[in-house]
Amino acid sequence: MSDHQSYVLRTIEERRVRLVRLWFTDVLGQLKSVAISPVELETAFEDGVQFDGSAIDGFSRVQETDVLAIPDASSFQLMSWGDGGEMSARIFCDLANLDGTPFEGDPRQVLRRNLAKAHDAGFDLMCAPEVEFFYFGSSDASGALEPLDRASYFDLTTFDASSDIRRATIQRLEAIGIPVEYSFHEDAPSQHEIDLRYTDALSMADNLMTLRLVVREVALEHGVHATFMPKPMAGVQGSGMHTHLSLWSGEGNAFHDPDAENQLSELGQQFIAGLLTHAPEITAVTNQLVNSYKRLVPGFEAPVHVSWARSNRSALVRLPVPKRGKESSGTRLEYRALDPACNPYLAYSVILAAGLAGIERGYRLEEEASANMFELSEQERKDKGITLLPTSLSDALDRMEGSELVREALGEHIFEWFLRNKRSEWNDYKAHVTQFELDRYFGTW
Amino acid sequence: MEPLLIYPDPPPADLIRSLDMAGHGHQAVSDESTALAGTWSGAIICAEDDGEAAFAFARSIRTGDAPIAPLLLLIRGNQLADLDGRHEIFDDFCVTPFHPVEFEARLKHLLVRGGLTDMGDEVINYGDLVLNVETYQAIIGGRPLDLTYMEYELLKFLSANPGRVFTRETLLSRVWGYEYYGGARTVDVHIRRLRAKLGEEYAPLIQTVRSVGYRFGESRWSS
Repeated sequence: MSDHQSYVLRTIEERRVRLVRLWFTDVLGQLKSVAISPVELETAFEDGVQFDGSAIDGFSRVQETDVLAIPDASSFQLMSWGDGGEMSARIFCDLANLDGTPFEGDPRQVLRRNLAKAHDAGFDLMCAPEVEFFYFGSSDASGALEPLDRASYFDLTTFDASSDIRRATIQRLEAIGIPVEYSFHEDAPSQHEIDLRYTDALSMADNLMTLRLVVREVALEHGVHATFMPKPMAGVQGSGMHTHLSLWSGEGNAFHDPDAENQLSELGQQFIAGLLTHAPEITAVTNQLVNSYKRLVPGFEAPVHVSWARSNRSALVRLPVPKRGKESSGTRLEYRALDPACNPYLAYSVILAAGLAGIERGYRLEEEASANMFELSEQERKDKGITLLPTSLSDALDRMEGSELVREALGEHIFEWFLRNKRSEWNDYKAHVTQFELDRYFGTW
Repeated sequence: MEPLLIYPDPPPADLIRSLDMAGHGHQAVSDESTALAGTWSGAIICAEDDGEAAFAFARSIRTGDAPIAPLLLLIRGNQLADLDGRHEIFDDFCVTPFHPVEFEARLKHLLVRGGLTDMGDEVINYGDLVLNVETYQAIIGGRPLDLTYMEYELLKFLSANPGRVFTRETLLSRVWGYEYYGGARTVDVHIRRLRAKLGEEYAPLIQTVRSVGYRFGESRWSS
């Protein structure tokens, strides 16, 4: 038994933990949980916990139903709230086939595989996301949505009722080891942002799964509803999840070169070129809902064009200026397409694959986009060779379907299932008659 | 820690030698008013030479508003019968001539039971932090910390070496013990998680030492 495992077992005994929640994630990025009693955990470490995977979206075909959940002791965390004041704990699991090989339908295993591949090539990915979300008075969306306030970017007003909820959320996140760098009221009414401090991509994906749960739980305790839906209200900004990325090689930041222009190393340039080249193919994964594409429209600080820039916020990839004296550790890039309704394990997998393709194949980075993309005419954009991100889920799926890079990064099983599932979502949407159509056509035609 | 009160003054030489060896501070006192005016981590009363006077002294410092405790009585074997009816004036006794190891063990037991000292290697104390090496548990300001294994190991290493500055590389090799996935950034990431869990009040216990690494607690060179 490893030191991690004995620590977990001892802590469970000392702290009188009554329930151990085994967490894993389905292909769409929904958190799943199996609770076991503490006495079962030692066996679970050794043999895993067997369950019927066919009941979970995207997991197994019916004829090969059972999978094993193997708790990852390093992700053990006590949760001293909920469960009626009793101490409980969670552990993320890796899913395996009954013969012990990684289960190809498990997004966490997919990210592990992609990170291991990068590690073998000498790189480790660090991520720091900026998570945006909304609070509403109720989870019922059938009537008009009620934002909790009318405040805006950085506002600090006595009317900002949601800042108490946000504060309670941050305290809880920090108590379970998810450090928060900033948090503030975002641009839209009742919209908030929580920026997490960087950590390795696997821990960050775990953290994001936890964050979505904590944000919603705390909101519920305050009688409100939190949503990570990318565009809940037309006419105001949607919720994105801009993510800062850096690649580390041994002890050094592979994106930093003190002698290069902008101190961005050749590797960093190639990584950005990889992201830009493959951005349209990976967008279905980073923006997986029909609704995601209502955020990716001009006029709301969301990227629409495939371009990069240092400070231009209409760009898809931004190169933030590091704090003075912190260039060697602070040189990073920001990928701005992601939204908080993605599956972070899969999104980080395809982002890493796209960036690494740029390095492996030595892509050349084009000039940065200095002008505001939205002010250029279509012809001017074409002349500059600037392409568009997919404009709908259907469009994004078409681009993904032809992508060897995404197929390789996700693995055959998830790639095929994801396309099938999302095509069906698109078909349901296509057949739906919306309020927009009724308002626009019902009376006049 | 406050000194131990010793009676009588001058005290027996072998007692002083044992206390010095064990690293306990001490001060000999011959009258009750001096004893009651001071603050002590405990008292050792030697009754070998004048039993009656020693018992009277012990009784006087155990009555009143602020009784001195714990109290260890040193007596000769032929005085054991004198303990009858006097159990309220002492917490433990040791027969003289004592074996230094037995004396030290009894004293340590009294001080641990009174919460006045740690249990040697099993508990690390620093300010409001108590870290139990035996049970893997850490408490700050009375609140248990919900740590992961690596956070616990890192805090244990830092708090066992307060005031010392460690580079990321040293921490990586001493705490993680092998070439770890993510390298020295792993240390930064874990330090941030630890600070987050310590909370606003205690986060400054872990100081960043610019372009060197990290230090737990006050610098050994500050006053």
